[in-house]
Amino acid sequence: MNAISKVEAAPLLKVDGLSKWYGHIPGCMDVSFEMRPGEVLGIVGESGSGKTTLLNCLSGRLPPSAGRIEFDTRRFGLRDIYTLSEPDRRRMQREDWGFVHQNPRDGLRMRVSGGANVAEPLMNMGQRHYGAMRQATLDWLSRVELDTTRIDDKPRNFSGGMQQRIQVARNLIHGPKLVFMDEPTGGLDVSVQARLLDLLRELVRDLDLAVIIVTHDMAVARLMADRLLVMRRGQVVETGLTDQVLDDPQHAYTQLLVSSVLQI
Amino acid sequence: MSSPTKPLIVVEDLSKTFVLHNADSAVIPVFSKLRMEVSAGECLVLSGDSGVGKSTLMRSIYGNYSPTTGSVRVLHDGEYVDITQASPHTILDIRRRTLGYVSQFLRVIPRISTLRLVMEPLLENGVNPAEAEARAAKMLSALRLPEAHWRLPPATFSGGEQQRVNIARSFIRQYPVLLLDEPTASLDAENRAIVVDLIQEALDGGAAMIGIFHDLDVRDAVATRLFPVAEFKAAA
Repeated sequence: MNAISKVEAAPLLKVDGLSKWYGHIPGCMDVSFEMRPGEVLGIVGESGSGKTTLLNCLSGRLPPSAGRIEFDTRRFGLRDIYTLSEPDRRRMQREDWGFVHQNPRDGLRMRVSGGANVAEPLMNMGQRHYGAMRQATLDWLSRVELDTTRIDDKPRNFSGGMQQRIQVARNLIHGPKLVFMDEPTGGLDVSVQARLLDLLRELVRDLDLAVIIVTHDMAVARLMADRLLVMRRGQVVETGLTDQVLDDPQHAYTQLLVSSVLQI
Repeated sequence: MSSPTKPLIVVEDLSKTFVLHNADSAVIPVFSKLRMEVSAGECLVLSGDSGVGKSTLMRSIYGNYSPTTGSVRVLHDGEYVDITQASPHTILDIRRRTLGYVSQFLRVIPRISTLRLVMEPLLENGVNPAEAEARAAKMLSALRLPEAHWRLPPATFSGGEQQRVNIARSFIRQYPVLLLDEPTASLDAENRAIVVDLIQEALDGGAAMIGIFHDLDVRDAVATRLFPVAEFKAAA
């Protein structure tokens, strides 16, 4: 019965008529969609298609020129995130969301230990019990398949793939409802990429997380996303179930995109 | 509960035409105004030469292809849902609980063990991990996949072994409706017989099936009805 309630659950995120202009240059235009808890939405398209602009608007980091982004916040219920006061919005972002950057250096503090990076969101949530936080950090390091004896090592002493897993742990430890991911496997070699994707998929299912993932890699999109938004020149040209969009694309641009994937 | 006489799948006026925008907008009509009904205990076998649109029809029923016109209604939780109009999360829910699909090819995430892959449909439906593992092990033994393989990802397996992993994933739980796209294509005679038994067992349990089988022995063993797709051939 669990699955039924999931289908009929109230939207977690409602985006309506979202546009962002850089002067007279459109970044993204008139984007509307809804997301429910536990859904994974992929945003695909080539470089310059507006994926990152859209992600930044959605994640509260770039105020849109027009449109609304409503999110079911823990403290205030369903609210347009840009109508919250700055401190409230920042607190909501810390408590309800995660953001995994393509480059782990953008998402980690490089001067403090890997463990401190993972524990920091708990401190931001008001936890002060050092022992409990350390235990939670150890748990999360092992969940992302990292050697827990390295809890005190600095991020720069970890490999790129390991840094990315520290970043994942840091963005999940506080129990967010929605996690944004910007090309999370972009800079990794393929074997590390496959391992991280497995891990992400498993965590998403176990935690019933909603995820918005930006990628230009169609294989990553197929593996991770329940449904896709295909962007081109700032506009959403096609949207639907992931396998439908990839196996029977309707729009000329999506057909081109799918047929351009190299087969191995 | 629904009455047992209600068909589980009702296809009406279904047409599919591919438009290839990047190939001079080539238009490829496949079938048109296609209708069918499939009830519990029935195994409808799609027949016709290759290229006639059997797989296209099956993928349209699964919601993988978007048909040009028409409807595909699936009995889901006692109510008909038109999969051609349903939202993505409704389609995923239908696939999770009502509509299974066995393709010729195993398409899974790399690096995950065979046992885990077979457990997955159970885990998605809330079965606890210990029970899921026991049932997956039983299924893999029944399909005679050597136990030494269970902890390995299936990427390096032979075609027949991969196909049996695929079959194990689809038959591990009782889907009310199963779509079978040549599930026995690369199996030897003994394994084919095992799969025929699995299909028969599911039919006796009240499943409705739509299948594509090029192997005539298998087809004759399981088909309750043939469905010649060519009768709905769209005019080019």
